[in-house]
This record gives sequence, structure tokens and C-alpha cells, in this order.
Amino acid sequence: MTTAQFHVQLASEDALIVYAEADSIATSNGLIRALDGLITAELGQVVIETTPSYGSILVRFDPYKTDHFHLRQKLKHLASVCVYQEQTAEQLVTLPVYYSVESGPDLQRIAEFAGLSVEEVIEIHQAQVYQVFAIGFAPGFAYLGEVDPRLALPRLSTPRAQVPKGAVAIAERQTAIYPAPSPGGWNIVGLCPVDLFSPGSNCPMPYKVGDNVRFEAINKQEFIDLGGQL
Amino acid sequence: MSTPGIKILEPGLLSTLQDNGRFGQTQLGLSNGGVADKHSYYWLNRLLGNSDNAPCIEITGGSFSFVANSTLIFALTGAEMPLSINGHMVERWRSHLLKAGDRVDIDFAQRGVRSYLGFQGGFAQAKQFGSVSTVLRDGVGGIDGGRLSRGLQLSVAEFKAGSNWQHLRLAERHRPRFSNSARLRLIPTYQQHWFSRLQQRRFFSSRYRVSSQADRMGYRLSGAAIQCQAPKPLLSEGIVFGAVQIPPDGQPIVLLQDRQTIGGYPKIGAVLSLDIDVLMQTQQGAEIRFVPISMEHAHNQLHLNKARREAITLEYC
Repeated sequence: MTTAQFHVQLASEDALIVYAEADSIATSNGLIRALDGLITAELGQVVIETTPSYGSILVRFDPYKTDHFHLRQKLKHLASVCVYQEQTAEQLVTLPVYYSVESGPDLQRIAEFAGLSVEEVIEIHQAQVYQVFAIGFAPGFAYLGEVDPRLALPRLSTPRAQVPKGAVAIAERQTAIYPAPSPGGWNIVGLCPVDLFSPGSNCPMPYKVGDNVRFEAINKQEFIDLGGQL
Repeated sequence: MSTPGIKILEPGLLSTLQDNGRFGQTQLGLSNGGVADKHSYYWLNRLLGNSDNAPCIEITGGSFSFVANSTLIFALTGAEMPLSINGHMVERWRSHLLKAGDRVDIDFAQRGVRSYLGFQGGFAQAKQFGSVSTVLRDGVGGIDGGRLSRGLQLSVAEFKAGSNWQHLRLAERHRPRFSNSARLRLIPTYQQHWFSRLQQRRFFSSRYRVSSQADRMGYRLSGAAIQCQAPKPLLSEGIVFGAVQIPPDGQPIVLLQDRQTIGGYPKIGAVLSLDIDVLMQTQQGAEIRFVPISMEHAHNQLHLNKARREAITLEYC
């Protein structure tokens, strides 16, 4: 059981952001999930939506029903009673990835950054089990962490106008898969052929926040057989 | 007899179904979406006596035509797009009656970018994840998550003959005037201390231009580059509507309705929502300036704007 320091800050005319400070990202993420539950239960009348992420939660309120002074007090109170009990992950999701210089245009740059071979970068990336810390940016885009520090290349200084569907990418110690074509600034290491967002389905995505994910390297033929497109 | 509604003859450059947006779905990563110019949308619903979240068509750029399948009441607000019924020019910012077979043409925008076409009773369109708003990037909302296409039939509540309806009009002095420049009031927020006083002064004293990358997701500006001393590494976090993000190349991006829910670039502040209505009516090349305001001033402006709008009485015509 963990209690932590929370900080409430001003984000816009109708939003505050709360940060949880703890000794690990996994713990601050757990605290944020616990706080999110309290906000939904206690402040549903004035809060329009919450966006939880790694160690923060953005709280958007109705500025015609409350103001930032009042909401800040309410959030500080909830933070003071917020506790987090560590739980085991609900499920382990395995996702296939076609790692190659062809499908991962930034693989070579990461290898140079790390002083390793491309093969070693691939091995390190898939050797690990990652936790889903947040889902956002786009539907089905899961923020996974934490990446081995040797591969922690910063974002591109100018984001790409178009990143392909299924791109598996790294930014600092985060990794993720782009569920749909989109602009983006992360470093691409491979492609995943699995659909990560199906809006018509009862279960629109294969994972939720708190789950564990691991990657499994596949070759080009397996990638194509699974419906992947280059 | 066909179902009450309209058939699209010409969908124009980009037309989508929108309402106020999709909220409370960020745990799936779904963008808010929603009308780009909320002010013009507010008046559309008032003119039609609709609820404040009735689905409408957002027309970008213009060149949209449709034919009525039944007796309908409609209105057009937003950007200055010449409007005609069966070839006769008619006024915007007021309601009109259509009979089955009437053709409506909405020409290219002369000023502004986005107009709002609505019908009394709204479109009978199913919501997806709580909203009708189309977010093309997410493939969600509207008609199969996409833009409106030629030949598409949309159903609308039929206007009952004999109903007690009086056409309404918004007086010209209350209508917004569109130009290709905007002065955006910005609330400096929680990450402003990552920008030195010199960088903040540069940001607020510079003229920016809307770049070619300007859409419902974000308006990327070009002008004086702003430097930031953010701590590293910066973890991705929720992004507010109107956030002004400064990526490493220093060129500001105003994040809008279809923005990503989470991101990791530093933010210098957030634009007052009332001014985003103005921004969304500008296009590539528009001149943009930022003016700092306090959170308290921002709240005053929101409440004053609401009170002023509600005090305006529509004219009968």
C-alpha cells in the first residue's frame, strides 16, 4: 500500500492536471489509476472527462458549474485519501513484430545511438515484458514501458507527417504501436500486423491500462501471412 | 415516397457530421472531435430551435449541394459561403423552408473556412462512443467514420405542415466577421516556467503565420522559433483543447478538436476557447498573434460571452 505526493496545476480555462510522485513509474501510474476512480465517483457532476497517463491525470471540468479554485480543493482532498494497492497484471498480451531495416527506418539510428548492432537492438526490445501505462494519442495507442535505457532515443525534432499503421516505435523509455496511419515523432523499429482498434467490436482493443505486453519477432513472410502490408 | 431528409449532390472539399464532441472516451484514446467553430454552431441551433448538441454538417471550404426529399427547415451559419435555393440567392444566418425537390447550393467560401448546415430536428444519426462527431483520423463517428460523399441520403425530422413555425434571423450586427488574421488570448499554464522570460517575450511579440499543415487536429504555425528548457525525459501526458505545444524545432502548434489525447511536447499555454472559434475560420498564410491573459480573466470572458449571447433576441422574419 502506497500513499504519495500529489501536485495540482493549472492546464487551461477548464482543466487542471494532477501529478503523482512516487519512487517508480509503475507506482505513480497505480496511484493515478486509483485517483481516477475517486474522481469519477466523487466529482462526476462537474468533471467532463479525465485523461490518465503515466504519472499524471488531466481533469477537464465544466467552467459553468465550478471553477479552478473549488476543483483544486476537491482534488487535493481526494489525493489526500487516495491509496494504491499493488495488484498483479490482469493479462499478458503477445504481439508479433516484423523487425527489419525495411520495416523499421529508425532501427539503424537507434543502433548507432546505443553503440550496438541492429540485431542486438531487436533482441533487447523483444526480451522484455512491458506494462500498459496509458492508452491515448490515438485509439488503441498503448504507451508501454519501460524501455531498456540503452535504446532510449529522444523523439524526432520534427515529427513525421505520416507514420504507417502498425509501426512499432520508441521515444525515450516508452515504446508503442501506431494503430492507424498518423503524424508522429517516435523512432520506428518495426511493424505489427495485428489490428489494435476495431470501433464496431464489443472489445475494441486487445489490451487495457495495467495489462502486460511482450513482442515476438516474426519474419517478413509471417508478417504478410498475418495480413501485414509493407 | 422517400424517407424525410436530404440527398447530397456535391460534398465539396471536406464535409463531415459533427456535434459538440465526444467526451469521457479518452481511456480508449478517442479524440474529442466536435464542431470547429462553436460560436457559429451555437447560432445554428438557436435559429432552428434545436437542442445545443444537435448533429449538423461542417462544410470546409464550400461547394456543397443537396436536394430536399421532403418538407424541411434549414439554416446555414459560419464562413461566408454564398447560399442559393433553386438558383436564387438567399440570406445566411436565418431559417428557410424547403419543399421536396428543392435544390440548395452552397458556394466556395469568400471569407472564413467552415460553415454549419443544420435542419430543424437534427439528423437522425446513431451516436458512436457517445457522439455523432466524425474524427477522420480515428475512423469514428458520422457515417462510418468518414467524410460525406456524393449521393448519400441523410434522414432529417420532417417539418409538419401547419406547425406553428416562425422563421428566425440573427441581426447582422451580431454575426461574426471573418478575416484572415487572429489575435489569440492565451493562458500561460503549468509549463510556462520551462520557457525563459526572453523566450516568452519573443513568443508574445512575434507575428506567426498559419502553415500549410493546419487542420482539425492542429494548426502548425511558422515564425520566430521558441526555445524551451524542459526537464528530460518528458513523459507523455493528457493534452488540453487549445494547448500551444512547442516541439524541438520551436514552431508552435495549437492543438484542436481532433488532437491526440496524450503527447509529450512542452506547452507554453492554452488558448481561450472563444478565440479558437476565430482561429478555425483562418487558413494558410493567416497572421496570428498571442496575448497573455490570466485564468481569472479567461473565466470572466467565458461567463460574459455566455450572458451576452443569451441576452440576444432573434428577429422574426
